[in-house]
Amino acid sequence: MDQFINLTLNGLSQGAVYAALALSLVIIYQATRVVNFAQPALALISVYIAYTVSQATGSYWLGFGAALLTGLVLGAATERLLIRPVHGRSPLNAIIITLGLLLVLQGLAGMIWSNEPHSFAYPMDYRGRFSPSDWFALGSVGAAALMLFALYRFTPLGLRMRAAAFRPEAARLSGVRVGLMLTAGWAIASVIGALAGMLAAPPFIFPNVLDEVFIFAIAAAVVGGLENPFGALAGGVLLGLGMSYVSGYAGPELTTLAALAILVVVLSIRPDGLFSRPTARKV
Amino acid sequence: MAEQPILTVEGLTAAYGAVTALNKVNMTVPRGGICAVLGANGAGKTTLLRTLSGLKRAEAGRVLLEGADITRIPAERHVHHGLVHVPEGGGVIVELTVEENLRLGGLWRAGRRERAARMAEVVELFPPLRERLSRPAATLSGGERQMLAIGRALMAGPRVLLLDEPSLGLAPLVTRQIMDMLLQLRADRDLTVVLVEQNARSALSITDHGFVLNQGEVVMEDSSRRLLADDRMRHAYLGF
Repeated sequence: MDQFINLTLNGLSQGAVYAALALSLVIIYQATRVVNFAQPALALISVYIAYTVSQATGSYWLGFGAALLTGLVLGAATERLLIRPVHGRSPLNAIIITLGLLLVLQGLAGMIWSNEPHSFAYPMDYRGRFSPSDWFALGSVGAAALMLFALYRFTPLGLRMRAAAFRPEAARLSGVRVGLMLTAGWAIASVIGALAGMLAAPPFIFPNVLDEVFIFAIAAAVVGGLENPFGALAGGVLLGLGMSYVSGYAGPELTTLAALAILVVVLSIRPDGLFSRPTARKV
Repeated sequence: MAEQPILTVEGLTAAYGAVTALNKVNMTVPRGGICAVLGANGAGKTTLLRTLSGLKRAEAGRVLLEGADITRIPAERHVHHGLVHVPEGGGVIVELTVEENLRLGGLWRAGRRERAARMAEVVELFPPLRERLSRPAATLSGGERQMLAIGRALMAGPRVLLLDEPSLGLAPLVTRQIMDMLLQLRADRDLTVVLVEQNARSALSITDHGFVLNQGEVVMEDSSRRLLADDRMRHAYLGF
């Protein structure tokens, strides 16, 4: 029983990280129909900036703030400078651009901060069965999700963003600056991505540190349904829990296989993901 | 001197690639007028509205709203100038609730109180919407959707309303209701309406003036009454 509780708690805190990164993918996918493969790289740069700021100031939390701010700026800049020029063409163009950006930024990170791992601090004490750091992971992702929900649901900005994502042309006719809303969406998504990076990186940071987490985040997003933010959260938690149980009861070498199994099972039963309503595609 | 027309279109030209969709279209619409734009499929009616509202780029020509040149301003700025376009099918955002759709229309105004007052007015105009405010717009019937689309446009406080086939797919009775409502809006708040219609007979019955488009050109314009009476015209372009 004790082991079950342990595994559940671990799964939850790990799942929170997947959920956050999955959420950042879904926000962008909803608005631009692009899976942003550069997301881990944007998060990576944010985390490296946090590392540098923390080193310079000695404060973890200053670094944390710097990471979120970097995410915001990088996300907005990516949309405005790289994605906007290919807007309205095949989504494949944008996807290739994000893939390219991933490689460039990871290479750049290696050049600036070296490919050697640096030790990277946990936000709080990480020892013990469900440590303060684990609580922080769960709490911060939960808070981010709630804030996002409130933003979308209750603010004029959120209403504009949803309108722009669902029906760009109708939104424009109502006076919504659709381009600006897309930029805002990318910025917000990248902030959440940076949060996921901060949670996923410790104890070491190196240019490929987020690759594995990102693979699981994509799986989580697909499991939940790429169109549904709640689905991304649920998918992340489900994947975290499933992998944790498999690792604990069947052996840690099987966790990756477990993720694949979850993905295959869910998609064979619900091809659009757990929480997406299957929709007819417009031709 | 006659009063300045609220909407003036001069030599408006638009194209899809090498195909000219609008060719030097001239129109004037007086304030408070309701005019019909008629013509067969592919005559350029929808393109005309899309070019007026900035969704489509004009190759040449000018659009003047009360004398101000709005030809090159982006589509999302047109609401600020009082020109609101209800596209074909209404453009209701089915993923949002009825209330969110309406709120969206008034968002560009700064004043919270003004927006609330508008909302009350629009809901007053369309009683069926009042009972469905918190429902997803996807659950509305065709007629209700068209009401919602027009309601959202009214939230923006337009001086000129461009309507693209509001009767499309609606029962004659519902079409009649919507047309009557347009007449009432014109009477109540001096609204100017440009109405694109496939259904020429019903459009001419409520409008004062009609423009007939054929292959992107205005081939005839006259008072609606005379267009209705002109047999040759009706057979050639309007199909009834």
